[in-house]
Amino acid sequence: MSTNYFDFEKQRPRISRREAIRRAMFAASGLVLANHLSFKAYAAPRNARAKAVIQIWMWGGPSHIDIFDPKPDAGYDYCGPLKTPIETNVSGIRIGELLPSLAKQADKYSIIRSMTHGNNGHETASYLVQTGRQPGGRIVFPCVGSVVSLTKGYDAGYKGLIPPYVVLTEPQGRFDEAGFLGSRFKPFATGGNPAQMPFAVEGVVAPGITDQRQKSRRELLHHLDTLAQALPEDPQIAAATQSENMAYDMILGDGAKVFDLSQEKPEMRDRYGKTKFGQSCLVARRLVERGIPYVTINYGGWDTHKENFQAMRRQLPDLDKGFATLLQDLSERGLLDSTIVWWGGEFGRTPKVMWEAPWNGGRGHYGKVFSAVLAGGGFKGGQVIGASDARGEEVKDRPVYPVDLIGSIYGQMGIEATTKLPNPEGLPTFVLPMPEDGIKTAGLLKEIMSA
Amino acid sequence: MKPPAGKSDRKNFWRLACLLLAVAGKTFAATPFESAAALTPQNKIDELVFARLDELHIAPAQLCSDPVFVRRVSLDVTGTLPTAAEAQQFILDRNPDKRRVLIDRLLALDEYADYLAMKWGDVLRIKAEFPINLWPNAAQSYHRWVHDAIRDNVPVDQFARELLTASGSNFQKPPVNFYRAMQNRTPTGIAQTVALTFLGERADQWPSNDLAQLAVFFANVGYKTTAEWKEEIVFFNPASTNAAAVNGSTLEAVLPDGSTVKLSPDTDPRVVFADWLVKDPQFAKNIVNRAWSWLLGRGMVQEPDDFRADNPPSNPKLLALLEKEFVSSGYDFKQLFRLILNSRTYQLASIPQSSDPAAVANFAYYPLRRLDAEVLIDALDQISGANEKYSSAIPEPYTFIPDNLRSIALPDGSITSGFLEMFGRPSRDTGLESERNNRITAAQKLCLLNSSLMQKKIESSRMIEFQTSSNRAPADIATGMYLGILARFPTAAEIKTTQDYFQSGVGKRQAAVDLAWALMNSTEFLYRH
Repeated sequence: MSTNYFDFEKQRPRISRREAIRRAMFAASGLVLANHLSFKAYAAPRNARAKAVIQIWMWGGPSHIDIFDPKPDAGYDYCGPLKTPIETNVSGIRIGELLPSLAKQADKYSIIRSMTHGNNGHETASYLVQTGRQPGGRIVFPCVGSVVSLTKGYDAGYKGLIPPYVVLTEPQGRFDEAGFLGSRFKPFATGGNPAQMPFAVEGVVAPGITDQRQKSRRELLHHLDTLAQALPEDPQIAAATQSENMAYDMILGDGAKVFDLSQEKPEMRDRYGKTKFGQSCLVARRLVERGIPYVTINYGGWDTHKENFQAMRRQLPDLDKGFATLLQDLSERGLLDSTIVWWGGEFGRTPKVMWEAPWNGGRGHYGKVFSAVLAGGGFKGGQVIGASDARGEEVKDRPVYPVDLIGSIYGQMGIEATTKLPNPEGLPTFVLPMPEDGIKTAGLLKEIMSA
Repeated sequence: MKPPAGKSDRKNFWRLACLLLAVAGKTFAATPFESAAALTPQNKIDELVFARLDELHIAPAQLCSDPVFVRRVSLDVTGTLPTAAEAQQFILDRNPDKRRVLIDRLLALDEYADYLAMKWGDVLRIKAEFPINLWPNAAQSYHRWVHDAIRDNVPVDQFARELLTASGSNFQKPPVNFYRAMQNRTPTGIAQTVALTFLGERADQWPSNDLAQLAVFFANVGYKTTAEWKEEIVFFNPASTNAAAVNGSTLEAVLPDGSTVKLSPDTDPRVVFADWLVKDPQFAKNIVNRAWSWLLGRGMVQEPDDFRADNPPSNPKLLALLEKEFVSSGYDFKQLFRLILNSRTYQLASIPQSSDPAAVANFAYYPLRRLDAEVLIDALDQISGANEKYSSAIPEPYTFIPDNLRSIALPDGSITSGFLEMFGRPSRDTGLESERNNRITAAQKLCLLNSSLMQKKIESSRMIEFQTSSNRAPADIATGMYLGILARFPTAAEIKTTQDYFQSGVGKRQAAVDLAWALMNSTEFLYRH
């Protein structure tokens, strides 16, 4: 087993001369992935603590300056009306004033205030943040959820009924989550709305069809499946039967129960907030409790070009309640130590407010500096990593590139950087980019990783 | 579907038809999928395939039945399910030459061009956005051009030549988009795409020198933007710095077959390459192998776009025959389809008579394949009368998507739906045939068995409404639904099962809904067979 980067060199596939030259040039330039040696740090801890990830994906690009990186001294043109950040339960850390519940949980999470990639397009930035790769290469890489699905899913002994990668409730759409790994590694999107009863999970819970009717029509189907009867040996039919059995185990068996929020106490449901986001957090907790290794909550509404502050006042209380309760609940159940919670979007928003029409107090896309939050799964809480400058416009200290964050998550989960990603063209592709891929890095988040 | 006009006529007609079929079924064949007709070679394809099977001591499957044929050939040529009326008319037609007549009729339909444009769209990566970035207007015009070339049966050598040599605006000169629809636009990247598309070879597996030599022909491809938003000009750029980097100072280039050609500084080397390409046997082999794999489910060389010395064709004589026929027909793609479709080989049943593992690669039977995502959703909508809703994630310019657009006719890989994504529609990132994933998954089963999407389609189906209206007996309902959904008449045993279900006390409407649901979830419906 390879435990460091250099051992890995030996097991590389044969490469062409031209490719070798290109790689040598990159290695010599020393400009990129300069401290890739830091990847040694994560030589797959034998007893990786993190078993699952809950990713709160802030689709649209949340405003860093209004949420986890307040700049009260920058003045009205930057802060607008949100000029009084609040103290948290960790001395010295202040966050946005609309997050009182999260302020009480700050010991559980660490805030990265120096995320950067410089890309201002939703789609390309989403790709960057969730794959760690530059868009526009020859092939499309899978995002973290698909990689976890590959390395911790069915091929790695996962036996759950629920697919190993679930998204609440709609898939991301703007980019293909699975990339070249293909549709088998795409997330299972629940559809429906967990804030409604019943939570009509697409395909699993069909309101109005009783279990009895499910059974009788399944029997009818089997009686009438004349072609399948004529082809008892066909491998396609065997595969279809297996899939059908799995589907019915979900519909009629225990699968559907995980989505049944009526099994939770009403007080618990209230704690999360009876909103789509709040109840999604509750479902996410139920999923990781049952061993699902990767859950994304796809939380839209953060592309606040116009009337940013109205949007913050409207949405941040929901975020605050759901996210804070999730951390607290996971912690109370002893699950936080084995569950990474990753909060963040594709970029931040322009710190300087656009007061003029048609924006009326809006903020644009901003990939130069933004925030992310990590909690649980062995990541230390109560820390701030890196800093932006006085106006939240530049990285001031300790840049963190997407690949650094992703690599740290893989590290905590015990997924080795050198795990091969199978791709249809047979190219040498691995969980993390190689130095010669030219990806910018400033090293893993050793500050908060478990040793 | 259009049953005969008068009510009693209709009833008698169905009964008679059922009776005929029930009798025929009992007398001639073991299943409704096979025909007892003798398996005599129909053309040279059959002679070569059957000879090879004989050599290997593999028994071919029986000929497929007429109902199987009408469904199969409609799906394979037009990506479209036959209607109940079409199926019934074909099944009852007594013309011994009816299969050939049907093939010709289908090849003349618009849906043929729609469906083949979808296939070529995968190969050519017609997609507006990430990671191909043709942009919407260009994707639309490129698709239209490809579609019309297929409809007009433009000879494939000419088609390839136009794609390879085009210069101009991505909006005005659609084929220039060939050079834009790739992630890597360096000369080497273009060379790899050209090799994959037109030679069916993975150039990154070639010796690196060969790839560099091919890249010389694409070293002068220039790209420039204009004042028009998202317009891009592809042009011959003699001054390209790429050229110096790739060719050095010489003006000699080496073709993939090893021969050397002189390039003149004022001639676009792409023209030199295209002239060579369309006469190279590998070009024709690639096209016939792709066509064969589209119809028979696997190539003579498999994967169909992975020709290599160490990946030989399963039947070299067959590949040689098709290549020769294709070239001598003047690269006539419809004629190639016609030749394959009229063969007994194509018309074999999907029920193998041999368990030899070599049977499938030697075309001893027609292998089961799950319907493509687009074909499946179109079939579901045809039965239910519903329309799929698509969306494109591209913010601007907004893409207009007509309501009744069929999935096979979608012009742009960026226009999509949850269903298409779930059922493995290719992302059109690489142009590899293997990007399309027709493997069934539990998530797909959940969708088909139990989703609100399916429930809505079935509940609102006009066919079910018609079938349950008036006093139609369960046997008539079964016959109507079998024709509409499976393109055949039900067997006696199936009618009996249906009658029992209707009498089990579930209520007529619910029984009809469940019957439609069961047929739409059957192997026979979900697969090409």
